[in-house]
Amino acid sequence: MNETWLAWLVAFPALMSVAVAACGRWPNLRETVSVATAVLLFAGIAWLGGPVVDGARPSVTLLEVLPGIGLTFTLEPLGLLFALVASGLWSLTTIYAAGYMRGNAEHAQTRFFVFFALAISAAIGIAFAGNLVTLFIFYEMLTLSTYPLVTHHGDTESRNGGRVYLGILLTTSIGFFLPAIVITYLVSGSVTFTDGGLFADAGLGVLGAGALYMLFLYGTGKAALMPFHRWLPAAMVAPTPVSALLHAVAVVKAGVFIVLKLSVYVFGVDYLAATGASVPMMWVATITVLGASLIAMTRDNLKARLAYSTVSQLSYIVLGATMASKLGILGGGMHIAMHAFAKITLFFCAGAIYTATHRKHVSELDGLGYAMPITFSAFFIASVSLAGIPPMGGIWSKWYLMEGAADGGHNAIILVLAISSLLNIVYLLEIPTRAFFYNPRPDTPRHWQEAPLACVIPLSITAAASIVWFLYPLPFLQLLAPWAPQ
Amino acid sequence: MITQFLEQLPALVIVLPLMAAPVCVLLHRATLAWLVYLITAWACFAIAFLLFVQVKVGGPISYAMGGWPPPFGIELRLDALNVVVLLLVTGIGALCSVYAKASVAVEIARERVYLFYAALLLCLCGLAGITVTGDAFNLFVFLEISSLASYGLIAMGTKRRALLSAFQYLIMGTIGGTFLLIGIGFLYMMTGSLNMADIAQRLPAVAHTRTVEAGLAFIVVGASLKFALFPLHVWLPNAYTFAPSTASVFIAATSTKVALYALIRFLFTVFGAAYAFDRLPLGEVLIVLSVAAMLSASLAAIFQTDVKRLLAWSSIAQIGYIVMGFALASPAGITASVAHIVNHGIIKGALFMAAGALFWRMRSVSLNDIAGLGRSMPWTSAAFVVAGLSLVGVPATGGFISKWLLLEAVIAPGRYWLAAAILVSSLLALIYIWRVVEALYFRAAPEGRVALGEAPLSMRLATWTLVLANIALGIYATPLVQAAERAATSLLGSGA
Repeated sequence: MNETWLAWLVAFPALMSVAVAACGRWPNLRETVSVATAVLLFAGIAWLGGPVVDGARPSVTLLEVLPGIGLTFTLEPLGLLFALVASGLWSLTTIYAAGYMRGNAEHAQTRFFVFFALAISAAIGIAFAGNLVTLFIFYEMLTLSTYPLVTHHGDTESRNGGRVYLGILLTTSIGFFLPAIVITYLVSGSVTFTDGGLFADAGLGVLGAGALYMLFLYGTGKAALMPFHRWLPAAMVAPTPVSALLHAVAVVKAGVFIVLKLSVYVFGVDYLAATGASVPMMWVATITVLGASLIAMTRDNLKARLAYSTVSQLSYIVLGATMASKLGILGGGMHIAMHAFAKITLFFCAGAIYTATHRKHVSELDGLGYAMPITFSAFFIASVSLAGIPPMGGIWSKWYLMEGAADGGHNAIILVLAISSLLNIVYLLEIPTRAFFYNPRPDTPRHWQEAPLACVIPLSITAAASIVWFLYPLPFLQLLAPWAPQ
Repeated sequence: MITQFLEQLPALVIVLPLMAAPVCVLLHRATLAWLVYLITAWACFAIAFLLFVQVKVGGPISYAMGGWPPPFGIELRLDALNVVVLLLVTGIGALCSVYAKASVAVEIARERVYLFYAALLLCLCGLAGITVTGDAFNLFVFLEISSLASYGLIAMGTKRRALLSAFQYLIMGTIGGTFLLIGIGFLYMMTGSLNMADIAQRLPAVAHTRTVEAGLAFIVVGASLKFALFPLHVWLPNAYTFAPSTASVFIAATSTKVALYALIRFLFTVFGAAYAFDRLPLGEVLIVLSVAAMLSASLAAIFQTDVKRLLAWSSIAQIGYIVMGFALASPAGITASVAHIVNHGIIKGALFMAAGALFWRMRSVSLNDIAGLGRSMPWTSAAFVVAGLSLVGVPATGGFISKWLLLEAVIAPGRYWLAAAILVSSLLALIYIWRVVEALYFRAAPEGRVALGEAPLSMRLATWTLVLANIALGIYATPLVQAAERAATSLLGSGA
C-alpha cells in the first residue's frame, strides 16, 4: 500500500508547469515541453495503471490532513478511465492549442500553458482521489486553476463570464459539497471511497439519504445539473482550446466522474437501488437532458450551442449514475469517454472555423463546407456519435444506458434518451447540413481554406477515434468490467 | 543550568519585551530600535516554541512569579490552550519584525520610529502576559498594557483620522477594560482570591449569588468589547483602517485573538462550562450574536471601497466563527474555535501584510488606487488571492480546516441553521475578496500611472511566510487540530 508513483503522476504536470513557465521566451521549446509532458503523463498512467484492470487497487497516503483523514490517492477503474481520457486528450489539445493560440496571435501564451498544466494536474488528482477530502481539494484546485484560462482575454466580457463561472462553482461546492462531506463523515465515520458505499448500516433513512445525495450532486456544480448549469455557457468566453479540453473534457467530466464515483463508492449502487435515494436527482437529470437540448436549438453562437449540448450530454452520465443499476454505471462511464471524444472534436472544429474565417455563428456557416471539408466532415462524425447512431462510438454508451434504465425499472428514461437523440440530430446536424448543402453567402470562400495543420490533425484524430470506438469498444468494457454484463 | 534556564521561560516571554521597550526609547535611533525589536520578537518566538514543546511533552507548567506560591503570588500557567495562542502571538510578532522595517520607513517620521517599536514591544508584552498569566487581576493589568500600547500604535497612522480612531478605540477599550475589572472585582469579593484556579475551586460554593452572575456578565461584556463582538464592534473598522500597516497586521492578527482567549479562559477555567452554559443561557446569547456578526459584518465588508476597512469588517465576521465555536461548549466546538484563532490570525496577518505592501506602493489602498496592480505586483497580489481564498474556506488552506471543524461541531448536534449561516457567510467572503481581486487584475491602471515595481523583498518574504504557513496548515492540519483538541479536553476537564 505504498505506491507513491500515484502522487508523482498527479504532481508531474504541476511540476512541469514550472518548466513551461521557464521556457516562456522560446515558444517552440515551451510547446515541446507541454506536449512531451502530456504524452509522458498519458503513457505513465496507461503503463502504471494497467494492473487495475486485473483488480489491483494501488493506493498511497501522503500525510494526514485531519486526524484520521489522509491525503490519499487510490486508483480504481472509473478513475483510471477518467485519467486516461483527460491526459490522452490533453496531448492532442496541446498541439491544437499551439496552432490556435499562434494562429490567433493570443497574448500571454505562457500563462495559458502554465495554467493548462495545473488544471490537468488537478484533474488527475480528482481521478486518483482516495477519499472525499482529497477529492474536494483537487476539485477546488481545478476550479481555481481554470479561472485564469476562462478570463484569458481580460476584458469586461471575460470578467463577467469569470464571475458566473467562479461564483457558481465555488458557491455550490462550498455551500453544498463541503457540508455533504462533513455529514457523511459524521454519519458513517469515514470519507474513504469504499466498494459498496459507506451508508449500508449507518441508519440514514430514505429521506436523509435522498437529501444527502441531492446535496452532493448539486454540490458537484461541474456536473452542470439545472439550475446550476449557467457557468458552462458563461465559460465560453475562454479561448477555444480551453473550451475544448476543459469544458468538454476535464472540468465537466470531473463533475460527472464525481457523480459516478459518489454513487458507486460513497452510496453504493445496491444501496441506491434499495432506497431509491437517487430517484429525485434522476428526474432533475432528465429535465436537464431535455431542457438544455431545447435551449441549444435557440442558440446561434456556435460555442454557446455546443455548451448547452454539453450540459445536456453530461446529464446522460448523471442518469447512468442515478438509475441505480450496474449497467447504468457502465453506460455512464463509457459516455464519459464517448462524449469526450465527440465533443472535443466539435470544439476543435468550432475553433478551426474561427481561426480560418473568424466566424462564430451557426447562421454564418452556409456553404462553408467546400472551403473546410475536413473540419465539417469531422463535425458530422462527432455529431452522429453524440446522437448515438451507428457507426459511431456514441451508440455503445447510449445502448448501455438504455439497458441500465430497463434494468433499473425506469422505462420512461428510455423514451427520454430516444427523444434526446432526435433533438441532438436537429441542433447538431444542422451545422454540417448548412455547410455542405446551403447556398454559400457571397463572402464565403469557395476554395480550400482550412485552419493550420496543428488544428486540423487533432480534430481528424479525435473524429476518427469516434469511429474506432464503434468497431472496437472492448477496452472500455474491460476497464469497466466490474459493472459489465457477465 | 539548562533546566534552570528552561524553568524561567514563562517569565522571560513577558519580561524580555517589557525590558526591551525602554531600551528602544533610550537608543532613540530608528535602525537600532528596529534591531532591538527584531531580536526580542524572535527570542520570544523561540521561547514560545520551547514552551509549546515542554507542555506537549510534560503537561501544564505552573510558574510562581517572584517565588510566591499561588494563590498568594502571581502564577503564570501554561497549558495546552494558551501555548497555542502564545505561539501565534509571538510568531506574528516575529514576522512583523521582518515586515516592519520597510513599511515603517515610509509611514512614520524617522524621529518617532523608536517610539513605534517601543509601543509594539509593550503591546507584545501585554498580549503575551494576558496569555500566560493564571491570575485574574494580572490579566487585567496586561490587558491595559497592551491596550494603551495599541492606542499609541494606531495614533501613529499617516492620516489625521488615525488620532480620532485611536481616541474612539480608547473610549471603547477603556469601557471594556473597566467592565472586566468590575467583573473580576465581583469574583474577588465573593471568593477572596484572584488566582484563576483558586477562584474556580471556591466559586461553586457561592455560584448561586447574584454577584457572581453579575461578575460573569461584566466579564463577558468587557471581553466582548475588546474582541469586537457584534454589536460592540464599532471601534474596530476605524482602528484597523487608519493604523500604520505593521500595527494593523499585528493588532488584527493577535489582539482580538488574545481577548477571545481571555474570555474562553474565564468561561471554561474559572466559571466552568456547566455554570456558564447550562445554568445560564450564555451559549444561546453568544450564538445569536455570532450569527449576526458573521452575516452583517460580511455584508458590510462587501460595500467597502478601502481594502483595509474591508478586511477589518471581515475580521468582525470571522470573530463570529470563533465565538460560535466555543459558545457550543462542546469539545468539537472548542477545537474549532482554537483552530480558527490560529488560522484566522495567520490569514488576517497575511492579508493585512499584502494590503500594507499595496499601501507601501500607492500610499492608499482604496479599490481605485490599487486597480491594475496585479501585473506590477504579482507576488503581493497572489498572496492576497491565496489568503483571501482561505477566508472563503477553499480546501488546502487553513480556512478550510477551520470551516470543516466548525461545520462538524454544529452539524453533530443537528443545528443545520448554524451550518447554513456559516456557509452563507463564507460565500459573502468570496464576494468581498473577489472585489479586490478583480480590482487588482481586471481593472485598468488609472491614466498616467508609471509602471511600478514590487514591494520590498522583506515585506514579500514575511507575507509569503504566512501564506505558506496557511497552506501547510491546510494540507497537514493534524498537529494543529490535535493541539486544539488537547486544549478543548483540558478546558472541559478543568471545568467545575
